Amino acid sequence: MPIQVLMPALSPTMTEGNLAKWHKKEGDAVKAGDVLAEIETDKATMEIEAVDEGTLGRIIVPEGTQGVKVNAPIALILGEDEDPKALEQVKAKPALAPTATTPSPGEPSGRPSPPAKREGEGAVAPPKPAPAPRAGNGHAAGERIFISPLARRLAHQAGLDPARLGGSGPHGRIVKADIEAAVASGGAPRAAAPAARPPAAAPLGAPSALPSYRKEQVIALAGNPPYTEVPINAMRRVIARRLTESKQTVPHFYLTVDCDIDKLLEARAAIAAAAEVKVSVNDFVIKAAALALRKVPEANASWSEDAILRWNAVDIAVAVALDDGLITPIVKNADQKGLAQIAAEMKDLSARARTGKLKLTEFQGGTFSISNMGMFGVKEFAAVINPPHGCILAVGVGEQRPVVKNGALAVASVMSCTLACDHRVVDGAVGARYMQVFKKLIEAPATMLL
Amino acid sequence: MPETSFDLIVVGGGPGGYVAAIRAAQLGMKTAVVEREQLGGICLNWGCIPTKALLRTSEINHLLHHLDQYGFTAKDVSFDMKKIVERSRKVAKQLSDGVKFLMRKNKIEVFDGHGKLAGKGKLAVTKDGKAAAELAAKHIILATGARARSLPGLEPDGKLIWTYKEAMVPDRLPKSLLVVGSGAIGIEFASFYRNLGSEVTVVEVLDRVLPIEDEEISAFARKSFEKQGMKIHTSTQVKELKKSANSVTATLAAGDKTSTIAAERVVLAVGIVGNVEGLGLEGTKVRVEKTHIVADEWLATDEPGIYAIGDVVGPPWLAHKAMHEGVICVERIAGLNTAHPLDVTNVPGCTYCMPQVASVGLTEKQAKAQGHEVRIGRFPYIANGKAIALGETEGLVKTVFDAKTGALLGAHMIGAEVTELIQGYAIARTLESTEQELIETIFPHPTLSEMMHEAVLDAYGRAVHI
Repeated sequence: MPIQVLMPALSPTMTEGNLAKWHKKEGDAVKAGDVLAEIETDKATMEIEAVDEGTLGRIIVPEGTQGVKVNAPIALILGEDEDPKALEQVKAKPALAPTATTPSPGEPSGRPSPPAKREGEGAVAPPKPAPAPRAGNGHAAGERIFISPLARRLAHQAGLDPARLGGSGPHGRIVKADIEAAVASGGAPRAAAPAARPPAAAPLGAPSALPSYRKEQVIALAGNPPYTEVPINAMRRVIARRLTESKQTVPHFYLTVDCDIDKLLEARAAIAAAAEVKVSVNDFVIKAAALALRKVPEANASWSEDAILRWNAVDIAVAVALDDGLITPIVKNADQKGLAQIAAEMKDLSARARTGKLKLTEFQGGTFSISNMGMFGVKEFAAVINPPHGCILAVGVGEQRPVVKNGALAVASVMSCTLACDHRVVDGAVGARYMQVFKKLIEAPATMLL
Repeated sequence: MPETSFDLIVVGGGPGGYVAAIRAAQLGMKTAVVEREQLGGICLNWGCIPTKALLRTSEINHLLHHLDQYGFTAKDVSFDMKKIVERSRKVAKQLSDGVKFLMRKNKIEVFDGHGKLAGKGKLAVTKDGKAAAELAAKHIILATGARARSLPGLEPDGKLIWTYKEAMVPDRLPKSLLVVGSGAIGIEFASFYRNLGSEVTVVEVLDRVLPIEDEEISAFARKSFEKQGMKIHTSTQVKELKKSANSVTATLAAGDKTSTIAAERVVLAVGIVGNVEGLGLEGTKVRVEKTHIVADEWLATDEPGIYAIGDVVGPPWLAHKAMHEGVICVERIAGLNTAHPLDVTNVPGCTYCMPQVASVGLTEKQAKAQGHEVRIGRFPYIANGKAIALGETEGLVKTVFDAKTGALLGAHMIGAEVTELIQGYAIARTLESTEQELIETIFPHPTLSEMMHEAVLDAYGRAVHI
């Protein structure tokens, strides 16, 4: 008799989930360990595997169905040599009911939700429990995930899928600190899961939003050259995940302007001479970028499926390079702060960032990012947006360049800045207006005092 | 002519230093140790090891006076203090020789003398004021340890007023002893002398004995000590020590009340200061704060190439913490990516008094102060079969769990052999066990360790034998 595949519970508290994707079609042969489908909740996505051998006889719950109840039959598997007609005898109902108030037609009311538990002698085969959901992207299905008991529990409580995380413990074991780092860096499920697997990707049927080769495949593709393995720590995983996600799902476009910074350099020198504080060009950039956001609030915004969220505060996240990655500490309310304060805060934040002493609240969030590669002599570059920010400003080196002033060739200190915009939030004209305002502030730094 | 150029030099041959050196040698580094006294440092020669030999003696003395409990009769039981001290010194010597052997075995060069930084990557060794060697190494680890702190008015004289060093080699048993400070060192000496028959008074400035332990354990310990006849004054300060020919009169102040107490000898155990002098730190970026060298999580100081481990870096002043830091520091230098910074909450603490005290992790109070909602489990020795059979029914095992995650936040034990038991909870913490794994672990019967299981079960309302 056909074997029912039931909707699994990914967690003890899960009552329903979405059937994200079928990996097998009706009529496909399946064997134990084959991935049948992907189930997702607001917290995580998991693959379900077949535990029995046979043929996928019927898909009861189609791909993309939302709100499938736990323990509802989602498919039928025919045993070897079993007559497909046997499928007809099974009266399992899809149980799509999103709410409990509308029992499926034909289903006796008041029936307990674990279906057919005691109906073994009837036409319905005793349902086998659905295979345990296992492994996601980071690990091959069925591969053991090395994780400490506490980390497993914390991941579960945070709704994180450990299979997607890197471990920093012995032999790559996932430990408590990795879960805390994942939660801290926005790996928190409610925020990240929808982005990691946007509904828009579903039509393509992409098995994963993060297609990535396994080690063996990469080595083979490269032609087996000698190599050294560098372990992937939690921060590297987060960088990989978030920026891949950004480049793949955020429609980027770029606007570059050249800013004449002679006046800014003069102002900086004057400040240095008059005051004890040392203000860097980057501090001016932070201040100008923040003030420009105040004037063009459309750029201080983030995309969500429900609405564009225009942020009231202007919090600037500034990328700081670390030995083994990068982090973006935040200058909060930068539009309201003076240059001295911004300089002092940046000095403190970057020093603590490099020693790993930042508090969660100091690097999580922000409404706009700045990445400055001027100190490396980079003339200009385009940065990847740091979700959920709507824009990131990439700042190049300030250098003397030939310019045309009043029809004559002259020398000026010029700094090229490139704004990367999320087109869903910031259109070309809005981005251009923002850069205009920014350029004006940078070129006439005294106006920052207004 | 010995070699003078090394990959790594360790200044100080105590437990931190010699373990660091051995680990470095294992990793293929050419390593030297500079030691001005004896290999093994304070721990082996004047600390952990000889005191354990002494405490074993006092424990036997205690048993000898309770022989009838086990069906024996013995007459004229007596001891010879000279022999007791001799044994303790012999034990220390044996281990110090053992370290010498380990140095040879690992081809670690040992320089006898005082090491002082002398410019980048250079170390000058002097012996009796004369230059003995000029060494060079890319990496230098300072493992110079710490010594007893003396407070104004409370200076040791080595005769009537002792530090741990004199307290370890008494020529006879003092009739009465005043112990100033009730941390591990003070309490161990108090316990040793009390069990041999001295009248012992302990004075502690804080409001409880063993003040870094869980409050419940402190209270339990105090009760036990007082039952043994120890006198304990907490929230009390020693204002003055007045010496006469063969005794000391101490002025004690508790709040605004003062009193005096006379004792033949005084043991000062009022804390520790780092050995940071004469190391040539002046010309470097190495920072010293409150007599301790400042080092980062990888034990690196602010001066590139200079590292510091163990007691000289700061609390907890424990040999096993120093050893562990030595390993971390060396593995980091060697670029091993398996190295992890030390989590001090995973460093167990042990006090070898009677009854013994051992703990790891947060106390109940600390856990609550950090915002944890806690579940507490307790199990008393009196309900454990093995404890009753041993005749050791005084004790308690206490566990502190995070109610939300099931993380074992801390474990606190008092009673026979708890110093041997605590490692079980330390492993559980290192492996990040939750209550579930501990509950599922099978503890052998009959053992004292069953109480560790029961104390976990009790935190979840499931204790069986109580």
